[in-house]
Amino acid sequence: MLPASLRHAGWTRATFYTLLGIAFSYALSLGARAGFDYDPLLDGESVLQIALIAAPLFFLVGIGCFDYWFYWASGRPARPEDHSGHGAKSWKSYFYVNTDHKVIGIQYTVLSFFFLLVGGLMAMLMRAELAQPGRQFVDAGTFNGLFSVHASILIFLFIIPVFAGLANYVLPLMIGAPDMAFPRLNALSFWMLPVAGVLMMASFFAPGGSFASGWTAYAPLSNTAPIGQVFFTIGVQFAGAASIATALNFLVTIITMRAPGMSFFRMPLLVWANFSTSLLVVIATPFIAASQFFVLLDRGLGFNFFNSAQGGDVLMYQHVFWFYSHPAVYIMMLPGFGIISEILAVKSRKPIFGYRMMAFSLLAIVVLGFTVWAHHMFVSGMQEWIRVPMMITTAIIAVPTGIKIFSWLATMWRGVLKLDTPMLFALGFLTMFTLGGISGVMLAMIPLTIHVSDTYFIVAHIHYVLFGGSLFTIYAGVYYWFPKMTGRMYDERLGKIHFWMTFVFFNATFAPMHLIGVQGMPRRVADYADQFAGWNLAISLASFALGISTLIFVYNMVVSWRGGPRAVSNPWRALTLEWQVTSPPPVFNFDRIPTVVGGPYEYGIPGAVHGILHDGAEVTPTPAGTAAQPSKE
Amino acid sequence: MGGETRKPRREAMLLTAAIGLVLSAIGIVIGLWIDWFPIQGSTQAEDIDTLWDVLVICSVPVFVGVTAVVLFSAREFRQKPGEEHLDGPPIHGNTKLEIVWTAIPAVMLIALCGYAAVVLSNIEEAPASGQEDRVAVTGEQFTWTFEYTAPDGKKFSTNQLYVEQGKSVKFDVRSKDVIHDFWVPQWRLKIDAVPGVTTGYRVTPTRTGVYPVVCAELCGLGHAFMRQSAHVLTPARFDKWMTDMAAKKAAGAAPAAGGTAAAGGETAAVDGKALFTDGNGDATACGACHTLADAGTEAATGPNLDEVLAGQDAAAIKTSIIDPNAEISEGFGEGIMPPNYGETLTPAEIDALVKYIADATKK
Repeated sequence: MLPASLRHAGWTRATFYTLLGIAFSYALSLGARAGFDYDPLLDGESVLQIALIAAPLFFLVGIGCFDYWFYWASGRPARPEDHSGHGAKSWKSYFYVNTDHKVIGIQYTVLSFFFLLVGGLMAMLMRAELAQPGRQFVDAGTFNGLFSVHASILIFLFIIPVFAGLANYVLPLMIGAPDMAFPRLNALSFWMLPVAGVLMMASFFAPGGSFASGWTAYAPLSNTAPIGQVFFTIGVQFAGAASIATALNFLVTIITMRAPGMSFFRMPLLVWANFSTSLLVVIATPFIAASQFFVLLDRGLGFNFFNSAQGGDVLMYQHVFWFYSHPAVYIMMLPGFGIISEILAVKSRKPIFGYRMMAFSLLAIVVLGFTVWAHHMFVSGMQEWIRVPMMITTAIIAVPTGIKIFSWLATMWRGVLKLDTPMLFALGFLTMFTLGGISGVMLAMIPLTIHVSDTYFIVAHIHYVLFGGSLFTIYAGVYYWFPKMTGRMYDERLGKIHFWMTFVFFNATFAPMHLIGVQGMPRRVADYADQFAGWNLAISLASFALGISTLIFVYNMVVSWRGGPRAVSNPWRALTLEWQVTSPPPVFNFDRIPTVVGGPYEYGIPGAVHGILHDGAEVTPTPAGTAAQPSKE
Repeated sequence: MGGETRKPRREAMLLTAAIGLVLSAIGIVIGLWIDWFPIQGSTQAEDIDTLWDVLVICSVPVFVGVTAVVLFSAREFRQKPGEEHLDGPPIHGNTKLEIVWTAIPAVMLIALCGYAAVVLSNIEEAPASGQEDRVAVTGEQFTWTFEYTAPDGKKFSTNQLYVEQGKSVKFDVRSKDVIHDFWVPQWRLKIDAVPGVTTGYRVTPTRTGVYPVVCAELCGLGHAFMRQSAHVLTPARFDKWMTDMAAKKAAGAAPAAGGTAAAGGETAAVDGKALFTDGNGDATACGACHTLADAGTEAATGPNLDEVLAGQDAAAIKTSIIDPNAEISEGFGEGIMPPNYGETLTPAEIDALVKYIADATKK
């Protein structure tokens, strides 16, 4: 009989199972090599490739993600559903498998921010190296590894999951549901993330160094790279599987678990945004999984997908990769659109201008997002005729995006604007994302892209979209829901300092990159021509200040969470349902499912409420305030 | 705050609009004034730079407009003391306005696409005269090789690119290993070199001079150092270069191309040290990547030759030059040193170089 610690889910069993997984990898490798009469019998890389897949799976079993399903499948009595796994009893609960969407939301968000700091630190190292031409701190291989892991971590382990984390927390509350549709699947999705993160970070210790072929991992460079590449290939599979499972969960939750009265057109736009994002994820993510499986098969089992000498097709990798990775840009943007819609309506005290167009423009982006991928390949040598059609669709996708920008501006118009930290980040997002969108339209123009592709102009564009766009919305969302998630208020003064430092040094860091890119500085190089030295030094100095501004945020979050003033249920006087319950909400969100009786943003209509709670007299939904007098138009 | 309708003050709106117009104008002037691009070195660059100017003119007002509305709202509609429980008017939308801000950007964007498509077709158009040079460009980790066909039909390769001013040249771009990208910033043109596929572009250089050939697609450890030069020569000088090269390559045919042609009495004419520090105008200088005390070079891309070659005989040194991956010094990666010196140096040059390095490392 095994000791209790090895029978029950937890870290001891997870460690034990991980070791079992490694032993299994040795056995499988030795067995297969013996069967084929290979010499030497023991091959480290062969074992490592198997272990990279097997050890994480064994870990997930050990930590307890599959316990219920295994009990059920084997016909043993499944544990009675007393929801004993629900809710966090202390901070330690966050380190174990938990099925409460609020616990998972916080696990997701905090872990993602940890990866933001890791990825940001790598950016600091790169900027230190780039402060002067020539070689300062790291060699070419390490530098290639730094930017590859920086991008991979921040895309796959920060932006995508942090949005899933925030939505995990607030989305069920917003639609009046007690939890997500599949709580156990939700827990499994979360636990695949630390696996992916550990794989990507551990790649630096692999023989031959970390993966260094960029986050795009173009074949055949990734086919021939040292074993560190496989850490990316397999890490992406785990992050992708987590992403797909969460998206399915969101779709089913949104479709089947809305409170009575919440029609699709009474859903808050954050819900619409995550509905759209989840459609993108479910359709697109299998493609990046495929692209990485091709590489894995080429490397591990001698397939020739990308070996042109054996009839392989190198350009196929890029088509399959970008068929996911372009929609991925919207996967990293649409949830942010949702956050901004929530904040602008509440902080402007006005209904969203053109609500239906806002929802339809999200769906338009989903559809158009699948028709533009080859604009990443204008200089790839693909068939030439496809370029102009892809240029047109790429330009046209700016139309629904423009609708959103103009509608947000109109939402603020004549409102009562509360310029606190979430709102400042929302306004910062509006201006910075517009710049990123403008450089995006420029990049749609093929003749210009022929010159600026693979230069710092691209680096500038993507950071205006993902930092000035996505990260600003993430900051806005974290400040906005911080009182709900922690039950504490953050420090407003520090929040504003954080915003202004981030805003100023973000621009000081990334704006000059447009210029040096057009002037001809290629991206992904550790060394550059002397003519770019002045700008690069300025950029590096600004980036260090940008890094410091992040520490202000971390300090504010940690200190406020531990000892900030208690938050009331609804500090922002918002109408949406998550603000009608206590901060933080009760374990099962609502004692009884609320009834939705109106739109989510009926500000200015005296006494209007979005939903009615049935929890007793002490909790009544906050009604909208008094409108300014209607004008005599 | 009785009587507050939250209608923006008309004069404030007019003022903001006026400031916005002025700032747009200033922004456009600055955008056109900034020296964005490297030197304009081809007819294609002229078209692309004009497209950029048009894009700047269209973009600045969009950004200024959005920012102006944000700043105006933040100032004019800000929550004032006493308004903590005030809401804005419940305006849910305006169909006319929404149609306008859907239609106008759509028309503008389609128009820009039309213009860009015209530019694209112009820069890719074959010359009307039909007169065009052809150069085969091959990328490999981490160097470019350029192959020409001399007027007598013989082929020869160089490690530097030479083209003729004012005449269209078509490049056929290939790769031996991974994806590279053949870019000359002064021409504004680039294309990936893809294994298994022949890609390419055509350019009509307009300015003589020496410009960098840059690999723009991440291709491995030596990516940042995959740089060569494009020499744009006047037609007369280009013809002379072509004749000279054809003659030189015929005389001292590289082993790969023409067997074991003896070097003749040329060895004495080649200065090994100069070759080491300056290259031959065709092959990259050794000293660009290697430290060698005797030559006074200091570089750390490749191993320090004073250390790794000390005590090596001439044969080993020759192998290291012609087949650099045969033996790799500790701490350095395989495939960083171009493997094509056997083609881009003549046998006489290789012998002179081996002799010089052997002498220099014996000291």
